[in-house]
Amino acid sequence: MHSFKHTIYSALVVLLSFAACKKDDVKPETPAGAKAVLSIQFDNIAGDRNLQLNTGAYTNAAGESFSISLLQYFVSNIKVTNNSGQEFTVPADSSYFLVSEANVASQFVKVKVPEGDYQTLSFVLGVDSLRSTMDISRRTGVLDPSGGMGDGMYWGWNSGYIFFKMEGESAAAPADPSGQHKFRYHIGGFGGYSAPTLNNIKRITIDLRAGGIAKVRQGREANVHLMADILKVFNGTRTISIAANPTVMFSDFSTQVANNYTQLFHHDHTEN
Amino acid sequence: MSKLQWMMITGIVLFLFACSKSEQLVAIFQGFRQPAGFPAPAYKLANNPVTKEGFELGRKLFYEPRLSRNNTISCGFCHLQASAFTHHGHDVSHGIDDRLGSRNSPPIMNLAWNTALMWDGGVFDLDLQPIAPITNPVEMDETMENVLQKLRNTPPYPALFQRAFGSTDITTARMMKALSQFMVMLVSDQSKYDSVMRKQGVTFTDAEQQGYAIYRRHCSSCHQEPLFTDQSFRNNGLGAGPNNDRGRYNVTLNPDDQYKFKVPSLRNLAYTAPYMHDGRFYTLPAVLRHYTSEVQDMPTLDPLLKQGGHTGFSLTATEQEQLLAFLQTLNDKKFVNDTRFAEEAP
Repeated sequence: MHSFKHTIYSALVVLLSFAACKKDDVKPETPAGAKAVLSIQFDNIAGDRNLQLNTGAYTNAAGESFSISLLQYFVSNIKVTNNSGQEFTVPADSSYFLVSEANVASQFVKVKVPEGDYQTLSFVLGVDSLRSTMDISRRTGVLDPSGGMGDGMYWGWNSGYIFFKMEGESAAAPADPSGQHKFRYHIGGFGGYSAPTLNNIKRITIDLRAGGIAKVRQGREANVHLMADILKVFNGTRTISIAANPTVMFSDFSTQVANNYTQLFHHDHTEN
Repeated sequence: MSKLQWMMITGIVLFLFACSKSEQLVAIFQGFRQPAGFPAPAYKLANNPVTKEGFELGRKLFYEPRLSRNNTISCGFCHLQASAFTHHGHDVSHGIDDRLGSRNSPPIMNLAWNTALMWDGGVFDLDLQPIAPITNPVEMDETMENVLQKLRNTPPYPALFQRAFGSTDITTARMMKALSQFMVMLVSDQSKYDSVMRKQGVTFTDAEQQGYAIYRRHCSSCHQEPLFTDQSFRNNGLGAGPNNDRGRYNVTLNPDDQYKFKVPSLRNLAYTAPYMHDGRFYTLPAVLRHYTSEVQDMPTLDPLLKQGGHTGFSLTATEQEQLLAFLQTLNDKKFVNDTRFAEEAP
């Protein structure tokens, strides 16, 4: 009798553990296994030409000729989805990158993801509000809020990161006191700390199937080659003219630029 | 004696030793203390506990002109202790190369309770605050990278960072944390008003008592005790200045915030003239004249300044004198003379 009772208990325990397993199954699966490097290349272009700082001359849809002297943007919160629909989120502390046209190495964003075949890539263009308001000791590397007025990516007077910074020259821009015809687009805004305000955080999702899925394996380095067409900043949902908007910083109009730059990226191919 | 007894005795001796050691430390440096009657601080002290070494490093950095491009301007240049850490006599401050800013330099006192920094609240964390003046072209006009590099190459900073943070690494975060440790220690709570409220054997004069009642009637909803600010942003009817500074609106882009500025504390007014975000009033009677007869009606004017169909509030000449008498009780002479906060002799 005693042993029968024991068997019942044992069976219950086994059943319960099965139930526990089943519960786990309901949760969205994340790919498991050994991790390998996935490289995401941000190749900045202007229409059908490679972007060349200072020397390249380009024309936007408003018919304005311009050159680019500085181009930088934050890429963060990277996620990939495999062919079975399982999503993997790169751990937050390894998921903030600053892509700069002046620094070739920065244009290859490298993250570690489990081995597998990935058909979707997504990332945030900018810095999420959680990280934007985190204690300063947690904001190191590219997030160090010590940027200056030049290539810095941080606003000191209105605490927050500049997500996307593009500057250049155009005859269409009015002359500044030094006689230069510069345009400056500094786009940021994480939604506000104590009062709601601009939120220009944009998540970009890219389907890799047409251009080639990323086959991540140890000992190899899959490279997802993205093109970032800066003409889209001007020629997007809304046509933006340099003459009308030579300086766009923390203002309501910045949302128009941010809406346009969501169309910046397209997947060209993948090197596996 | 048994092994157990020996262990117990050893334990008790060690315990006593530990106690006396920590008491000694307390006697030397007390760290941040919340004054009686003050609310809990807003600054997250848990992320940056104030230590003697951190505070002293912060003080040295506060008075360090290397924080500016040409090594001429320190924080203490526009935030003078004798003026309760503001720039006495300047409507707007002049920074590097005598370039003028657009706002009056605010006093640095009781910052531990500030929920937002700057006249427009653009900075939400004290640890991020120093970056603004350091990188502002009209203030210190320097880059943080250069500042850190200068400090790394200037003895005794590496050693001081080692003492405060355990290694000689000089980073943005460590520099900001040290400055915060100094700034949160700048607590002003030793005015006559404080002694009266704490019943330390001091009483208000009749005029001060009358003035306190007037303050309670007309001023206390915005300038709340004991910090004498409610930390809110309000339009007090100054009207747009020549540079059309729209204050809080610049930060929130909310039209309802146009021309709103942070409610400043009424503590230490004797040391912090001139007054308002642009320093337009040089005296307290000028400030009272504003509130009694010059408040301009604007769409975002604070409703408290527009009651019963007219702007501002009226005070007789006697009431004004009484109010001024009360405001004088908020001056904290110990604060502006506290040697802990002064620049060390070189």
